[in-house]
Amino acid sequence: MEELLEILKDLHPEVDFGICDSLIDDKILDSFDIVSIIAEINDRFDITVTAEKITPQNFNSARALYALIQELEDEE
Amino acid sequence: MQNHVLNYLDRIAAAKPEKIAFSNGEEALTFGQVHEQSRAVGSFLHGQGVYGKPVVVFMNKHPREIAAFFGVVAGGDFYVPIDEEMPASRIQLILENVQAEILICDSLTKEAAEKFDFGGKVVLYDEICRTPADSGALEDIRRRAIDTDPIYIVFTSGSTGVPKGVAACHRSVIDYIEQLSEVLEFDENTVFGNQTPLYFDACLKELYPTLKFGATTYLIPRELFLFPIKLVEFLNEYGINTVCWVVSALTMISAFGTFKTVTPKHLRTVAFGSEVFPIKQFAAWRAALPQARFINLYGPTEGTGMCCYYKVEREFGPEEAIPIGRPFPNTEILLLNEQNQRAGQGEIGEICIRGTSLTLGYYNNFEKTREVFVQNPLNTAYPERIYRTGDLGRYNERGELLFVSRKDYQIKHMGHRIELGEIEANANMVEGVKLSGCVYDNIKGKIVLYYVGGMEERELAVALREKLPRYMVPNRLVRLEQMPLTANGKIDRVTLKNSAQAVKSCSREGAVKGDMRNS
Repeated sequence: MEELLEILKDLHPEVDFGICDSLIDDKILDSFDIVSIIAEINDRFDITVTAEKITPQNFNSARALYALIQELEDEE
Repeated sequence: MQNHVLNYLDRIAAAKPEKIAFSNGEEALTFGQVHEQSRAVGSFLHGQGVYGKPVVVFMNKHPREIAAFFGVVAGGDFYVPIDEEMPASRIQLILENVQAEILICDSLTKEAAEKFDFGGKVVLYDEICRTPADSGALEDIRRRAIDTDPIYIVFTSGSTGVPKGVAACHRSVIDYIEQLSEVLEFDENTVFGNQTPLYFDACLKELYPTLKFGATTYLIPRELFLFPIKLVEFLNEYGINTVCWVVSALTMISAFGTFKTVTPKHLRTVAFGSEVFPIKQFAAWRAALPQARFINLYGPTEGTGMCCYYKVEREFGPEEAIPIGRPFPNTEILLLNEQNQRAGQGEIGEICIRGTSLTLGYYNNFEKTREVFVQNPLNTAYPERIYRTGDLGRYNERGELLFVSRKDYQIKHMGHRIELGEIEANANMVEGVKLSGCVYDNIKGKIVLYYVGGMEERELAVALREKLPRYMVPNRLVRLEQMPLTANGKIDRVTLKNSAQAVKSCSREGAVKGDMRNS
């Protein structure tokens, strides 16, 4: 989780990712961010996020995103 | 001879008043409605005594915003689109440059519009679009129109930190639309899926051909470009068969294996540009859509959109770049070497544009205009303007034009044209930054800003977000003890660029920081 928060903080220093659960609903993340986040987590966690996992639900909060990473790590 | 862009609208509104012209999936305007609303807006501007003037359009991306553009032109004025995606400080610079008397907003942008330091009048689109049409006045305005009068000003990055407003006229837009339509084979069955913002020239590709042919354009909601499967489902739902997108929007779909789940089954024309298309991603698109035509487009805003095209019909190796091809008919590319002569076979030269498609120049900025809109050096007999793009190119053995690089510090990032100097100028304005040097890491596609000063990286990131459009905010900030300088005291961009490209992962620049501090 720490590593994920670090990636997110680098993109949006002004956001408190520990509590924010409306990253998509409130248009905090844009397509640049989504592409950057996926590239970073693919790289650091050695997983592959595919199109069907790129949904508003999975990117709305750091917690949801972390759950996705764990799910994909278990599959590997 | 057609000398006015709204002739397209008049014809189609009479022929197909009930057909949907522009839609965002939820709300739509027919050609009849677009025509009627544009006449109302034109009549309103006439009533205000605003003629031959810039009119700022600050609206939410919506079919009504397009009707507002045409309304401004119907009033004999030219539209200046601004958008809430632009930072307030940039909008302020634009307002100062154009000195408009009227700003058209909608209920969503009204509050923001009233906060600007703007000397003119702020009006609501929903109110002015109910103005009764003054046919006599509109006809009179049309009769007096000259095709070299401007119809819009769009703003592009300027290296000194001040954006430059490119003004284009009826003539160049008509020329562009006619040539582009022929090359891309648009017709009345074309269904466009618009991706690009309405505040750049890129949207001309959809807006005016829609009027010319009675086609339909769907403005794809911005947020769909975050979610590839939803995006393709939108294309399928509305039968979208033609897209002219930036490469990064296309690779967003192909890179995540979207085609395994869903393919854009109606697409038959895929035009792309503004960036290099990685061949691996391009191959994924070709494999998914074997029946579609793929066309690479190239051109600067100063040439009214695109000036060269290349239909991709042969195979490309993984290291090969897709050519920018050849100019549209009625446009010539002069490839000039440093002696201002035509570059020889295989020789690199600057891409210069000659023809009707040249825009008028930079609004309220004769100095910058004179720097790049210059006398054709090959013509010593009469005045003839060419536009020097600053892009370097060469011809391959097949006679196809290739883009090589930039002469200066302009880059293309996620489809946007950016002057690295503008980022530096804005960083240098931040208190706590003494000196900054910005480079583009083309390998990873990231903007990296190196700076010297008392401010933490995070604080600077927040400060820059307030000054720059989102796509110009550096992807990485690196604070240095000392800026590397060249022998004659300039910022050593070669060293900076090498360091940027030597970093493996995006936010672990520790090693580089150490190296540079020691040197």
